[in-house]
This record gives sequence, structure tokens and C-alpha cells, in this order.
Amino acid sequence: MKILVPVKRVVDYNVKIRVKADGSGVELANIKMSMNPFDEIAVEEALRLREAGTASEVIAVSIGPAKTDETIRTALAMGADRGIWVKTEEAGQGNTVEPLTVAKLLKAIVEAEGPSLVILGKQAIDDDSNQTGQMLAALLGWPQATFASKVVVGDGTLDVTREIDGGLQTLRLDLPAVLTTDLRLNEPRYASLPNIMKAKKKPIEQKNAAELGVDLAPRLEILSTTEPSGRTAGIKVASAAELVGHLKQAGVL
Amino acid sequence: MADILPTLLFAEHDDASLNPVTARALTAALALGAPVHVLVAGENAQAAAQAAARLDGVAEVLLADGPAFAHRLAEPVAALGVALAPAYGALIAPSTAVGKSVMPRIAALIDVMQVSDVIAVVAPDTFDRPIYAGNAIQRVRATDATRVLTIRTAAFAAAGEGNAAPLRTLDLAEPSAHSHFVGEDIAASARPELTAARIIVSGGRALGSAEKFHEIVEPLADALGAAVGASRAAVDAGYAPNDWQVGQTGKVVAPDLYVALGISGAIQHLAGMKDSKVIVAINKDEDAPIFQVADYGLVGDLFEIVPELKAEIAKAKA
Ligand SMILES: Cc1cc2nc3c(=O)[nH]c(=O)nc-3n(C[C@H](O)[C@H](O)[C@H](O)COP(=O)(O)OP(=O)(O)OC[C@H]3O[C@@H](n4cnc5c(N)ncnc54)[C@H](O)[C@@H]3O)c2cc1C
Repeated sequence: MKILVPVKRVVDYNVKIRVKADGSGVELANIKMSMNPFDEIAVEEALRLREAGTASEVIAVSIGPAKTDETIRTALAMGADRGIWVKTEEAGQGNTVEPLTVAKLLKAIVEAEGPSLVILGKQAIDDDSNQTGQMLAALLGWPQATFASKVVVGDGTLDVTREIDGGLQTLRLDLPAVLTTDLRLNEPRYASLPNIMKAKKKPIEQKNAAELGVDLAPRLEILSTTEPSGRTAGIKVASAAELVGHLKQAGVL
Repeated sequence: MADILPTLLFAEHDDASLNPVTARALTAALALGAPVHVLVAGENAQAAAQAAARLDGVAEVLLADGPAFAHRLAEPVAALGVALAPAYGALIAPSTAVGKSVMPRIAALIDVMQVSDVIAVVAPDTFDRPIYAGNAIQRVRATDATRVLTIRTAAFAAAGEGNAAPLRTLDLAEPSAHSHFVGEDIAASARPELTAARIIVSGGRALGSAEKFHEIVEPLADALGAAVGASRAAVDAGYAPNDWQVGQTGKVVAPDLYVALGISGAIQHLAGMKDSKVIVAINKDEDAPIFQVADYGLVGDLFEIVPELKAEIAKAKA
């Protein structure tokens, strides 16, 4: 079976972002970008399924402007077989590619490639939307399992343990299906130097968003982007007794 | 405005009882200005439906009860939402595991771009939502005719109780064809739920083992009548169960009091608790970033301080 893994290029999780003073967005110039951490987990899971002999091919796909191919290259260096890059305009105010649009583009890719499984991250750490996997599953009419922490492949089925609010839940999905990853699914590998070299020769097919027949116009109008109301550091106390005194006074005990 | 389409709120519940986040999401739903209907989908969920009917401001409760809705799998609940959608101007759910799984499915099927994790209703079509782990707030206007929203419930007060809204039973049920429930492992706890707790005590990597987490963090929580939370590092290391994770990619909480024990204060953790009313941090590193958001900081070894703190609380409560 083929596995499709959509990956997103985002601001690295270690970067503390800055909001632009004019409220037009977040400062993205000269900032370290990386693959969304949940997508690394998705790539890793796909590679493990291939290494276990369950999957035959792992295809990494990304949608985005110039340099998005770097993120696809990272997936190839981890071990994905080939890449697909759906190239879009430079991101900015008014031309954000929203999750619904991404899901429609991915649906077109799925229809062209015929994977039995799509594994996505549960959320991207930039817009924190947590929508794309569910939307793709809906548009394809496929079953979904979000927030996966364990995946066991059966005969035409998939048993997925999910992190839910009170604990864990296990679902059995008929393939084809869509999975989204949670943090505890696996620990992604680092790309080794030889694999980074090898990845340079792996193919990345370029597609144009418009030719996939999807309307890219955003449905949400971004009116402003602002700093959250900040919190200031309080005081240091010297002992547990002093702390309890303050908490009593604050009326929270 | 008599012709305004009502709002449909998806209740969070476990059939037997209504989760308190529902009353918080209701406050956001009411802010849209249209009558609010609450949908309770489940199996033997009469009790949850009756609890929903008691919430102030609810115009009607819709009960979809049957085996198809057992465990609220995303596929059948989304199909139900799609069937009901034409009669509604907005579909809303709290940002819970169920809400996050179901709502984007509905949104895609009715071709609507969802607004996730709403923290403020600015106007019936305009919402604030956090991005980048809460380090920026985006204000968006939804241009689709129908709005699909998930609500960050920590940002809204709970609606009151005392209502007796009418209850209507639906007989729409499309069983899930390709997704089947296998099992669930839900720990029963006498402690308050994280998202509803007034006080939370959280432990981090510093605890060092599941045994120490249990010995140190939990008794302090119990002395305070608190829920227990954890950092991702503590959960990854197996000191605490996954559903205790507080943060950008775990639970987002805003209790009256949040006590962070041996947690450094990574942005991903802060994203889940920085709207707490009072924050206390105990950490042996005086430069730990958690102190930048703490109202009261205590620098030192938590293994010494926490037992003292527990004793002081017992004294204060005596
Ligand atoms: C995609 C992604 C998502 C994430 N989501 C989350 C999330 O939702 N929630 C979350 O919490 N994290 C999340 N993280 C992880 C986050 O970046 C941090 O790694 C994590 O929060 C650190 O946990 P910690 O503070 O317990 O551990 P550490 O950062 O290791 O901090 C331990 C602290 O304990 C102190 N300490 C040690 N010994 C003692 C002692 N005896 N007494 C007192 N203090 C002591 C140390 O000084 C230190 O400050 C995420 C990361 C990624 C990449």
C-alpha cells in the first residue's frame, strides 16, 4: 500500500514569534523554519510501516510558496521515497491557504496517487487549527482517527489508539483511511548525512495549485493580528508559609 | 430579527452527565445573538439531554439517541450535523477531543471554513482566536453563510442553570460504516476534571519518576481539592497519563490557581495555562521562564518545599 504524508513548513517550535507592530501579521522574515513537529511524527510512522513491509511507498506532499521544497526534502532525507510540491503564491495577508483549501488540494492528490492511508499531523503549530486531516477524510468519504498514539495494521483494517480527553480510545478503521498523529505515537528519526545526500537525488514533482481545479480564495478575512495581553512576573517568596499567606489573601485557597 | 437562523451547539457529555464545558461553550453560542439549540448525540443519553435542558438560555434540546451515536464517533455525528446544518446559521462545539474530531468533518462537507478555538465573539461573524501557541491573537471575519466554530471553553464563563427547555427527539441515525469502536481506557478519578477545576497542581520532568509524581504532586493536589496536570515532558516520560498534559497541544486551562512544580515554562506549556488567575511556580532554577508568568515564585527543591507547603495548607484550612 502507498502512504501519503502531507508535511507543512512552519516557524520552528523553538522560535518565539513577534507580532508586527502594524497588526498585519507575524514577523516571518529571516526566521528559522522547520517541518511541523507533528508531521515529522507522521513521516516516521509511515516509514516504520514501510520498514515493517506493510507499506510499499511513502510519498511526502507539501503545499506552499518558494522554499516549501526544503521541507519536502527533509521528509525525503528521513526516508520518504518521493515528493510532490503544490506551489502557491507567497503567503501573506489575503492569500493564506486555509485548511479547507489544503484539504481540497490533498483530495486531488489522493485521487491521482491512490494511497490507502494518509497520515497527517494533528495540528500545525503556526495556525493551531487542527482541521486538515478531518476535512480531508470528510471530502474523501473515508474514516478517520485523530490524535493517534498507536497504530496496528490488520487485514484491510487499522487499529488506532487515540489520545482523548479522559484517556485512550481504540478504533478499528477500514482502509482507506486518514490518521492524524499525536505526540506519543513515536519519536521521529534524524536524517543521517548519507540520507541527506541521497535525498537530493529523489524526485519532487511540482504541481500548480490552480491546475488542480481548486479555488484558493480564503473564506476567513484576517482583520488583525495582535499581541496577547501580557502577564508580568510577580514576586518571589521565601517559604511555603509565606506563599500560603499570599494565597489566602488572594482568596484562591 | 425573526428570520435569523438559530445556532446549534454540540453538547459534550458521556451520556450519563453533561460535561461542564458545554455550559461555557453555550455562553459563546448565546453571544452570536440567535436562539441556541443544544444537540445531544449518544446512546442512552437521556440524562445528559435533561441536564442540557436546564442550562439558561437554551431554546430547545435535540436528542439523537441510539447505537449509531455510541461513543460519539466522528463519522456518524458529523453526518448528523450535516443533515441538521441547513436549518442553522452556526454550528458550535467546545474544543474537546470530540468537538475537534467532528466539526472540521462537518465544515468540509458543507464547504465552510471553520474557525477553531474561538476565545472571543466580537460580532456574530467576527472572532478572536489564538495562533502560534497563543503568542498572537488573530481577529477573523467568517465570510461563509454558515459559521462552524470550536470554542476554547477556558475563555468563557459557564451559563447558569434553572431552565426547562423543551426536548425534541430526532430519529436520524446513520451508523458509522467504516469506523468501529474497539475499546476505551478511561481512568475513573475522584478529582475534579482538568478543564473544570478551580485549582490545578501540575508536575514536570523534575519529578523524575511516576512514583515520585504520585508521592509528591498528587497529595498536594488532594490537599487543595485540585485537579492534576503535567507538562509534556512528564507525560512523555510516563510519569503521568497523556490526558493530564497541559499546553498548546494538550489541555488549555484557566483555573483560579495553577501551581507548577518543576516545570520550566516552555512556550508550549505556557500556552495552556497562562490565563490562570493566580500562578504559583516552584523551581530550583531562579531563571526558569515559568517565573516570568508566575504571581508567586518559590526558588528551591520541590522535594523539600512541597511537603512543607502541604503542611502549611492543612494548617491554613484547619
Ligand atoms: C510540537 C510540540 C508540542 C508541545 N506541546 C506541549 C504541551 O502541550 N505541553 C507542554 O507542557 N509541553 C509541550 N511541548 C514540550 C515543551 O517544549 C517542553 O519540552 C516541555 O514543556 C518541558 O517540560 P518540563 O518543563 O517538565 O521539563 P524541563 O523543561 O526539563 O523543565 C524541568 C524544570 O524542573 C526544574 N527542576 C529540576 N529539578 C528540580 C527540583 N528538584 N525542584 C524544583 N525544580 C526542579 C528545572 O529547573 C527545570 O526548570 C511541546 C513541544 C513540541 C515540539
